[in-house]
Amino acid sequence: MTDMRTVFAETASALLDEDPLAAVVLAEISADMFGKAAARHPDRVLNVGIREQLMVSVGGGLALAGMRPIVHTYAPFLVERAYEQVKLDLGHQDAHAVLVSIGASYDGSRMGRTHQAPEDVALLDSVPGFSVVVPGHPAEVEAMLRGAVGALDDGSTYMRLSTGVNREARSVSASLQVVRSGRRAVVVAVGPLLSPVLDAVADLDVTVAYATTVRPFDASGLRALEAGSGAVVLVEPYLAGTSSHAVAAALTSRPHRLLSLGVPRAELRRYGTPAEHAAFHGLDAAGIRRSVTGFLGLTS
Amino acid sequence: MRTYAELPGLMTQLTGDEKHEPSATSTLDVLWVLYDQVLRVSPDTVGDPGRDRFLLSKGHGPAAYYAVLAAKEFFPESWLPDFGSASSPLGYHPDRSLVPGVEIASGSLGHGLPIAVGVAHGLLARGLGKARVYVLVGDAELDEGSNSEAIVYAGAVGLPNLTVVAIDNQSSTYGWGPGGIEAHFAVSGWSAVRVSGRDHEALASAFRVTGAGAGSAAAGPQLVVATVESKE
Repeated sequence: MTDMRTVFAETASALLDEDPLAAVVLAEISADMFGKAAARHPDRVLNVGIREQLMVSVGGGLALAGMRPIVHTYAPFLVERAYEQVKLDLGHQDAHAVLVSIGASYDGSRMGRTHQAPEDVALLDSVPGFSVVVPGHPAEVEAMLRGAVGALDDGSTYMRLSTGVNREARSVSASLQVVRSGRRAVVVAVGPLLSPVLDAVADLDVTVAYATTVRPFDASGLRALEAGSGAVVLVEPYLAGTSSHAVAAALTSRPHRLLSLGVPRAELRRYGTPAEHAAFHGLDAAGIRRSVTGFLGLTS
Repeated sequence: MRTYAELPGLMTQLTGDEKHEPSATSTLDVLWVLYDQVLRVSPDTVGDPGRDRFLLSKGHGPAAYYAVLAAKEFFPESWLPDFGSASSPLGYHPDRSLVPGVEIASGSLGHGLPIAVGVAHGLLARGLGKARVYVLVGDAELDEGSNSEAIVYAGAVGLPNLTVVAIDNQSSTYGWGPGGIEAHFAVSGWSAVRVSGRDHEALASAFRVTGAGAGSAAAGPQLVVATVESKE
């Protein structure tokens, strides 16, 4: 299966061919995947070297000059290292770009903390005007990237690619999609955690809703699904609790209970595989099942 | 249109001070020369894709900037006395979304030049290479490492439509050593010239030599260092 990163590079390259205002800004990472596009569009594929602050600022400057920039590198260097550039050179300037990261949360489990940024969505969440999309399958990436670039007149988007993928792709929607229905709780599975969630709750009487657009959060969709069970489980592949406030805001007028699962704050300080890290964080099927059954007072 | 001699009066409307310290006016002559003689932008063309861009990176102490923009009628002089109030578009750091003619919101140091690199690239990609991007930085602002990223990169790719004007009032604690700021840029492939930041003719000439359409041999970006009095 072609991975998300490859689909991204192919789609962005196609956009460069189709749209004379599209541009890609890189800081070495993935530059090899844009070789052909750079040869065709040397003025719109810009590799600034290992300079992530400059990369984001150049994206802002391109937008101010009327271009539609796509800015791409590893998540920690895109969002954390260049955070003030995201805040000021995009957000505060009202300059719009599509930021596309790879290396989501513990994709780089063997590389250690320097290459992990499970805080990325929480940080972007604090910059006004950013949508956040989290594909769960490579086949969802093209439509999402095209949608994000097409929406640049209205605002910026952060697109979070991962090596973690669901078994099947789903149609891309900004709304919560009901995957299965039940009565005891609504479980919101974000991006690539849909498959582990479905495995975890296979025999439980719960609704499972799939979210790929997490900002803006589909508040009315959640209200429609919640429908009186009063129990919501949020399963996010990044920092635990990142969307808790959005759920709380959606359900302000209703008594409810919320369980927020995700990557904990504490540093793991272990290497190993992404699957092992998912298990350490309780984000594999067994861990999610433990948490959900405990929350609902069921015996697992 | 106001004259240069009327700028101190406009600044007085902003600050309430009759006299202006050198630090408040360190950028005044450079700004005047740019808006009076160099920049191809006017109140009628602030939205024109092919306009020249001036980016004030060193956003603090903006009285001189606001005075020049008012003098050139980008916004009404009646805005000046209310400077910094809750109802004024004019703050202690400029905001592009509030002030006509202001190209970037600035204040945090080290953002203008990296943004300018992107604007310059964007203009070239759009076939608007005749438009030039001018960005004003302070000598101490160049302490910020983000500038070094931009200086090396812009020199290496030879951005032909970018001019940095560095106001040098010798305020960087550690300075730039032998050769000054210009050596720091020149080693990365920039053309560099130092002139008096108070000499209008010399400033205009420096901008002209390096400006687009001047038939300059220098293909890459250019630096104009404008020396003004020390803050001390």
